[in-house]
Amino acid sequence: MSSDVLASARSSMRAGRVIAIVGLLWVAAAYVRAIAFTPVEAVQGPAQKIMYVHVPAAWCAFLAFILVGICSALYLWLKDPRLDAFAAASAEVGVVLMLLVLVTGPIWGKPIWGTWWQWEPRLTSTLFLFFLFVGYLTLRRSVFDPLERGRYSAVIGILGALLVPFIHLTVYMFRTIHPQPVVLRPEGPTMPGSFVATLLFSLAGFTVLFLGLVMMRYGLSRHAEAMGGHDAVAG
Amino acid sequence: MTETIAAALAIAGKDIRSEFRRRTTLVAAIVFAALILVVFNFARDPTAVTAAELAPSALWITCAFATVTALSRTFAVEIDHGAIDGLLLAPVSREAIYLGKFLGNLVFVALVEAATLPLLVLFFNLALGGALPGILLVAALASIGVVAIGTLFSAMTVRVRFGELMLPLLLLPFMMAPLAAAAKLTAALLNGRPLLENAAWLRLLVTYDIVFLTACLLAFPFLLDE
Repeated sequence: MSSDVLASARSSMRAGRVIAIVGLLWVAAAYVRAIAFTPVEAVQGPAQKIMYVHVPAAWCAFLAFILVGICSALYLWLKDPRLDAFAAASAEVGVVLMLLVLVTGPIWGKPIWGTWWQWEPRLTSTLFLFFLFVGYLTLRRSVFDPLERGRYSAVIGILGALLVPFIHLTVYMFRTIHPQPVVLRPEGPTMPGSFVATLLFSLAGFTVLFLGLVMMRYGLSRHAEAMGGHDAVAG
Repeated sequence: MTETIAAALAIAGKDIRSEFRRRTTLVAAIVFAALILVVFNFARDPTAVTAAELAPSALWITCAFATVTALSRTFAVEIDHGAIDGLLLAPVSREAIYLGKFLGNLVFVALVEAATLPLLVLFFNLALGGALPGILLVAALASIGVVAIGTLFSAMTVRVRFGELMLPLLLLPFMMAPLAAAAKLTAALLNGRPLLENAAWLRLLVTYDIVFLTACLLAFPFLLDE
């Protein structure tokens, strides 16, 4: 039983490592493409290049969040420890990506908005998601019993998913200056084709990197568990 | 259904009675609220920010912190002498335990708020005028959702390391929406605006209460799944 888990944990780690390396190379290629082969935006200048990091990171962070929500709900239903470990791995990678979004956002905002920080819906939602993820991971570290930890963090994961629309609505009711969607619009993208191509290229790279890292982390926590060790984060 | 409600009321009654007999927590929470109000008054530049401008924020931030303090004790009293085992062995549903704890906490928070409001009027020289019924309604709506989540979270944090620190860390992100709505509505009411002028914020509060009370009620049995 334990050796099966060990073997599958090792193969997850190996597969995750390969996928993460592919993702890393892909993201590096996306940077090269963004800097050297994509035209500079007329109004925003070089600052616009940050979008090729900011948007894919945000997309993956939200993907992480959705995965945590889904795995949490399924965990309470099926009680499969793999779901709990996967949710935790996703949250851990997600929190790093959220931080990347929260750092790149203000760096872009200063030259374009004229201010480092704005309380607008998407930025604030990201900040609150970051807080939720940090709370989620902190809670995991304070519970020793794996079953208890799984149940507690699943409940936080589900309630957090329910909270997001409220945060978004609340901040929206204050006011907004965030750029409106430029790609997924019914009338078609407002950006030039070369910008969209670079963005999608980077987005795909980030997604691969994200999935690779999550699989590595997931395999690692399963491995620790199978070895009878104690993985404070994932189970 | 009626059994669940009867059991919930019995649990809430037990909590409120024991709270009134000890009074320590209630008195401490009210004094804590009064202290925050005083601190608020001194943590402003009186030439730039008038007390009236600060009053809605002061009221709701005070209530938020007092609520967190109050909620941390609700399951702590059950853990202290292993009383939680008795509660879990009792032939009542887990939902009834949650509802009872929720109602007990709601009464407790309402008492703290009821003490905070007159202190706010006193310290900030407010003229409530016709705003009082509106503020009470806003307070009720804002408290229901927060106490619903807080009751659920305190059942978790009471059994984990650094629970007193974990509760605010987990609860404060959830307080943001009701807090913003309550402060906005209170500010409008104090400026003499009719309550329904901000119907969107009221709808937000009501939706929040329904969504989270339901979700917490459904989630609570999973926490005690032994």
